[in-house]
Amino acid sequence: MTVTVEQRPTTSERLSSAPWPELAAPVALVALVLVFGALDSTFLTTGNIDAILQASAILVVLAVGQTFVVATAGIDLSVASTMTLGAVVLGQVYAAGSGIVTAIVAGVVAATLVGLVNGLLVAKGGITDFIVTLGTLSAASGLGLILADGKPEPVLSSFMLRLSADGIGMFTWSVLIAAVVAVVAHVVLFHSRLGVHVLAVGGSTEAARATGVKTVRVKIAVYLISGSLAGLAAVLLVARVGAAEPASNTSFLLNSVAAVVLGGVSLFGGRATIVGPVIGALLLASLVNGLTLLGVSQFYQPLAVGIVVVAAAFLTRFQK
Amino acid sequence: MTTTEQTDRQSTTDQDDVLAAENLTKSFGSVMALRDATIRLPRGKVTALIGDNGAGKSTLVRCLSGVHRADGGTVRLDGRPVDFHSPTQARDAGIETVHQNLALVDDLAVWQNLFLGRERTKGFGPVQLLDRRGMREEAKTMVSALAINVPNVTSRVRRLSGGQRQAVSIARAAGWGSKIVIMDEPTAALGVQETARVEELIQGLREKGMTILLISHNFDQVLRLADGVWVMRAGRTVGHRSTADTTGEELVGLVTGAIAS
Repeated sequence: MTVTVEQRPTTSERLSSAPWPELAAPVALVALVLVFGALDSTFLTTGNIDAILQASAILVVLAVGQTFVVATAGIDLSVASTMTLGAVVLGQVYAAGSGIVTAIVAGVVAATLVGLVNGLLVAKGGITDFIVTLGTLSAASGLGLILADGKPEPVLSSFMLRLSADGIGMFTWSVLIAAVVAVVAHVVLFHSRLGVHVLAVGGSTEAARATGVKTVRVKIAVYLISGSLAGLAAVLLVARVGAAEPASNTSFLLNSVAAVVLGGVSLFGGRATIVGPVIGALLLASLVNGLTLLGVSQFYQPLAVGIVVVAAAFLTRFQK
Repeated sequence: MTTTEQTDRQSTTDQDDVLAAENLTKSFGSVMALRDATIRLPRGKVTALIGDNGAGKSTLVRCLSGVHRADGGTVRLDGRPVDFHSPTQARDAGIETVHQNLALVDDLAVWQNLFLGRERTKGFGPVQLLDRRGMREEAKTMVSALAINVPNVTSRVRRLSGGQRQAVSIARAAGWGSKIVIMDEPTAALGVQETARVEELIQGLREKGMTILLISHNFDQVLRLADGVWVMRAGRTVGHRSTADTTGEELVGLVTGAIAS
């Protein structure tokens, strides 16, 4: 038998095997930037790019968490409600007279606990992820309403103000935090055992178990990651709004899933990147920003987002 | 081939067996899947296990690979009695199984599948990152040591043919200093050419001194590859033959019960 351990694939081989679903978001982002840049001269100013980055920071953090769950062929419908609960807990603890650091820790812990509940119910309870997280979606937003008594709580803290106003150069701390989250998530997904196991569980739970991967632990871990990142997103949200509101934030849930899909992550699990969903989130933020600049009524924005997401999903399907 | 000592079932006890399972029984509720199963795997040989559907081959194999625990009987590994509670324990003891469903993750690369669950890391303290380069190099060595026809260790398993996948599974089972590789119908789903390649691979492993248990329905294959063959019928091992001294007809007779052992 001949040993044919080939060298690296040639350029044409690389092109023909190019992951088109993973390229959809970057290509669309470039196209969008060119179109909006041509239509409106203010679109590409540093001030506006700053605004786009600022607007996408929360979504990037949520989408990264969602990516880990989707990579295991699961879905976390509770991310936005979990973020809301985290924000409410932060606001209530701060209003009760604690320092801002204590309040932030409390908010992140509360969100992480929701992730833990999700993980335990899905991995140990054997209940479908869709149902579990639909339940915690409702439960977390209900808890938020109860704790806040339905009223927003202003969080007037110089620390929180600096998060969304100060920074390094044109990047605010919120944007830098989102960037750090993305980089760390990339390293975890592709350069740690957990990352490989996440992709293995998503690709084939059976095969992963047969090769000694602790599949239950991996599933709990991804919901924990999603929950704690929702808690971090809560901090960024409170910093941006200046208050902790028990609002439903449904668009964050939809956009987190949309960013993941736009980023070429397979909803069937096993194939994921971090770069893709991050670019997906930037794409959604640019789309909304550009439409606003062009004076398109904001009622058209959800429609535009919907069309872009379905178009991306269609591209993925076309590739198969 | 000096296999004369294997012809007699009784005399095999004093040869060098890596694994010896004696008088295993296993019931599932009221169903006696194993009534009295005995099998010995001589070191460095290919031993085949044949039998009709439902004869108890799979149950016996699962008892050896730790999936099931036998109700009665003894299993000795290198002369020491063992009692596996899980497949992981069996694997740690050096018994690797190539499952019929192959247990590969399609979207991971060949090297990632070879190292799945045994990833190598480097780093300091709690910060441990994957040694991707090291694992890729090692995977290349594993693959070329077995002369497996795999395009590239970085290609996704999804892009491999059935025979290449089987080869990756076998390489994974054989590549971890294992004592015994159990193969459950390794060529059942393969075409003629791919079957020939996998057979070459099995012969290559034998030449390297690996002990192999081969479950097969293909008697020609058994006669080509194996040194000895155990026959099961209705939960019992009903006979052992050296492949040098038997024929396909005799094996068929033993499997169906037309020839009493």
